[in-house]
Amino acid sequence: MSGAFRLAGRGCIDTTRPVVFRFDGQMVRGYAGDTVASALLAEGRHLMGRSFKYHRPRGPVSAGSDEPNALIGVGEGGRYTPNLRATQVEIYGGMVAVSQNRAPSLRFDIGALNTLAAPLLPAGFYYKTFMWPRGFWDKVYEPLIRRAAGLGRAPTAPDPDHYALHYAHCDVLVAGGGPAGLAAALAAGQAGARVILCDENAECGGSLLTDTYSLIDGLPCGEWVVRIVAELQRLPNVQLLTRCSAFNYGPHNMVALNQRLTDHLAMPPTDMPRERIWQVRAREVVLAAGALERVLVFEGNDRPGIMLASAARTYLHRYGVACGRKAIVVTADDAAYRVALDLAEAGMKVAAIADLRPAPGGPLVEAARARGIEVLPATTIQRAHGHLRVTGAELAPVGADGTVGKGRTVSCDLVLMSGGFTPSLHLHSQARGALRFDDALGVYLPGESIERVRSAGSCRGVFALDDVLRDGVAAGLAAAGGETGPVWTVTRQDAPGTGGFAGVLPRRGPGHLALAFVDFQNDVTAKDVKLAVREGFRSIEHVKRYTTTGMATDQGKGSNVNALAIVSNVLGRRPEEIGLTTYRPPYTPVTFGAFAGHARGDQFDPLRLPPMDAWARAQGAVFEDVGLWRRARYFPRAGEDMAMAVARECRAVRAVAGIFDASTLGKIEVAGPDAAEFMNRFYVNAWTKLGVGKCRYGLVCRDSGFVYDDGVVGRIAADRFHVTTTTGGAAGVLNMMEDYLQTEWPDLDVWLTSITEQWAVIALQGPRARDILAPLVDGLDISAGAMPHMALREGTIGGVPMRLFRVSFTGELGYEINVPSSQAQAVWDRVWQAGAAFGLTPYGTEAMHVLRAEKGYLIVGQETDGTMTPGDVGCSWAVSKVKPDFIGKRALALPALNAPDRLQMVGVLTDDPRLVLEEGMQLVPAADSPMPMSAEGHVTSSYFSPALDRSIAIAMVKGGRGRMGTSLYAPSLDGPAVKVMLVDPVFYDPEGARLNG
Amino acid sequence: MLLIDCPYCGPRAEIEFAYGGEAHIARPAADVSEVEWSAFLYLRDNTKGVLAERWRHSHGCGRFFNALRDTRTDQFHAFYEIGTPRPDMGGAV
Repeated sequence: MSGAFRLAGRGCIDTTRPVVFRFDGQMVRGYAGDTVASALLAEGRHLMGRSFKYHRPRGPVSAGSDEPNALIGVGEGGRYTPNLRATQVEIYGGMVAVSQNRAPSLRFDIGALNTLAAPLLPAGFYYKTFMWPRGFWDKVYEPLIRRAAGLGRAPTAPDPDHYALHYAHCDVLVAGGGPAGLAAALAAGQAGARVILCDENAECGGSLLTDTYSLIDGLPCGEWVVRIVAELQRLPNVQLLTRCSAFNYGPHNMVALNQRLTDHLAMPPTDMPRERIWQVRAREVVLAAGALERVLVFEGNDRPGIMLASAARTYLHRYGVACGRKAIVVTADDAAYRVALDLAEAGMKVAAIADLRPAPGGPLVEAARARGIEVLPATTIQRAHGHLRVTGAELAPVGADGTVGKGRTVSCDLVLMSGGFTPSLHLHSQARGALRFDDALGVYLPGESIERVRSAGSCRGVFALDDVLRDGVAAGLAAAGGETGPVWTVTRQDAPGTGGFAGVLPRRGPGHLALAFVDFQNDVTAKDVKLAVREGFRSIEHVKRYTTTGMATDQGKGSNVNALAIVSNVLGRRPEEIGLTTYRPPYTPVTFGAFAGHARGDQFDPLRLPPMDAWARAQGAVFEDVGLWRRARYFPRAGEDMAMAVARECRAVRAVAGIFDASTLGKIEVAGPDAAEFMNRFYVNAWTKLGVGKCRYGLVCRDSGFVYDDGVVGRIAADRFHVTTTTGGAAGVLNMMEDYLQTEWPDLDVWLTSITEQWAVIALQGPRARDILAPLVDGLDISAGAMPHMALREGTIGGVPMRLFRVSFTGELGYEINVPSSQAQAVWDRVWQAGAAFGLTPYGTEAMHVLRAEKGYLIVGQETDGTMTPGDVGCSWAVSKVKPDFIGKRALALPALNAPDRLQMVGVLTDDPRLVLEEGMQLVPAADSPMPMSAEGHVTSSYFSPALDRSIAIAMVKGGRGRMGTSLYAPSLDGPAVKVMLVDPVFYDPEGARLNG
Repeated sequence: MLLIDCPYCGPRAEIEFAYGGEAHIARPAADVSEVEWSAFLYLRDNTKGVLAERWRHSHGCGRFFNALRDTRTDQFHAFYEIGTPRPDMGGAV
């Protein structure tokens, strides 16, 4: 047997399979089935970490997920995970684990000096101290706090593992696989319900795995668990999930589970996800979360070697580990006597049982006395001695009046605490369940919930094993709608504990409450909590935030009830008058990897590819993301940077012709007898007189009067419009159309269809566009006379159906060739070949932006920000004056939307034609405006214009149209403010001669 | 995640739906006063309790419909078609 504290013949570990791992660089020998904590304890080692604030030496308090102290980092490189509970981490061969929060070493930590300064670090220390002087915050306090704060360290390498997400439905979800959960799951499963049972541990059984006393149907508890699990596994309608924590209870019985699949394996299969998040929609939920033993609050209660009594029992029976040679038990509850008896039976010395109750009695107490264990009634623990390990404790008598007399020091290497058991209410509370205080038990119990949820077993204050099993069966039957369930007879059990304690233990003198810890993980002491109340904090929620008690990653599992009791005592009010803080998810920490699931890298978002994406890639295009679309930004030739490539593309469009994949444009077909009337009501423009075969620029406002979207609309037939939207606005416009059509104008007979992906759009722009296109369109006459600007023709191109728009977003003669996406590449190739002789050039989104800015065409979302009217952006001409109503009409008449000092779209030119302004620059009245200065406007678009051979910009300026020719200044972080002149935003071909060519 | 009972498709998870804000707010005619129009645009009850609200099954049938939801508990009390009056829940809610 490895480990001096390992007890032969005990525990459920597999002693035929030794496992060697590293902790802080040292080899540790354990066995399959050990946790890091149990393997270290088997070597007699309690010191496993340092605390967060004072860097105090700490060892495990618990043996499960409620562990506040023994937080470790596990794994290497990208697989490193910080802040795992050593009490839960299962060891495997070659595992590398490290302690946290220590420098330079666990045994000697320079940060522990903070303990000496503890009187100077009271509750609210940060709030108080770092208020002043104000200038110190950025330079001194924040870097200091940032270095000191936080648990563990974040891994820096990319995570090589993958994580899965799974949706599931069931009739009954049972959270917790202890006696109540097993009973509930079996009852529901036998009743025919689809059941999911999850348990956070490696195997089901809960408290039964450490109960060597009770007998169920004559069987030891462990054997009974094996039998029940086998029965559950035989039921095809029951799914058992171990290493799986229910961590969030969402609305409508959607419960999130975190299943850890490979962390316990030395050689995980490469195709297996490391963790899986289950989103379970359950018709009914049974919470069988159990109860957690409470720590006791006394001076030095955080010394390594001081732990919960139930934890010592777990280490003994699960792992065959004696947590020490000589124990003192301090208790206010009977259950600790059973632990003392188990320890004594295993050969450990129990020096004394200090019982806070004046006259403990009953069979367990008598059994302890009969065994020769010294039982000290009405006795408290005044303080614990020791540094890296507890060495003894002063046990002192409590008088009838509550005063504490002089005690005696008892040497020991283990102190076991039992303050009674706190039902785990986290999930019930997350399910918006009410809580009610039970005076008899001195704890909160679950009350009514609006969800279809019920609690069973000790999480609702039912503690005796036979009651727990019956409660579980009843809950399972109720959830499944079953009539009869399994019946078991508990043939031997302890009576449930009575008593329990919360708050600070009685003590003699003022003492060192500064070292009596309430919240171990956040280093919150009894003194901190008392101080918060004295300083005027009354609400438990405020005390929590001020002291940070209960705010650590353990979510106050061990600390909340003690903190509540301290506040209650100081205020002299009953606990239920003070209330409990809100339980928040997650119940236990969940990794970012599990939350991200497959949504990372290329899978983070869907990727939308326009039809000519492959062609653009073959041409060496550089791409940019536009919403979910990946669009070609420019097509560099050898030796070109972006500016050179964009300038060449722009010049080619103005001189010859360019070809551009505009397929991402949103497209909606509006069809039906009332299509024109719908368009009239939806757009600010008038549509009735738009003839078939013609297009018009359309502008959409919200009913607030602010521009929402724009795009060219073509009339295909009297009852059919081909609407285009901006690339980013497509879904929103369709949703808004559906909204008004379905909810405001159900009188209209109209159908709306998204055709964005059906029609690809090949933009052919430039003075030679017609020459290139004319031979390709199967006899369609596209001459200037037959097909003027803003005309629309249906036809074919090389036999492919086509909707041909003569429109321009460049200011040149241009066409947008709409063809079915499936045949777009073939049409593109044909146009490309036909254009080769002319010098046809592909251009990307960047050149498109420059070309439109030269023409002063706005981009919704770039010039506009959701507070711009059509008038603000120079589009008053588009707004119908005669329609009785349209979306935005009433608002556009509001005085505020017609104020003369509204931001208006203007052009902006710098004195230095080479200087390109930054988009987003503010414009102010004077070069030396004093701070703070108020802006007159801001730059929305800025480029170098190849056509003008100078920089150009578009800006939104207060009353801008009336300020043409005047100057403003653009303050810069890099140098002096830049002087700019306001001009007309149409920089190129203002007459539109080229457009109409 | 809420479970929403689309009147046309049945119960579906919330991710299939888009929220549409408070229901039964009639769009006034274009000749109302500024105050009335502003109220239509911006004033909502911010109900604590049962709220009539609009949902759209945007990743399903695409239809808008109304629901009665208790904003304190997220529990739905009714789902009903656009254009039909708010169900009378009596003393139930």
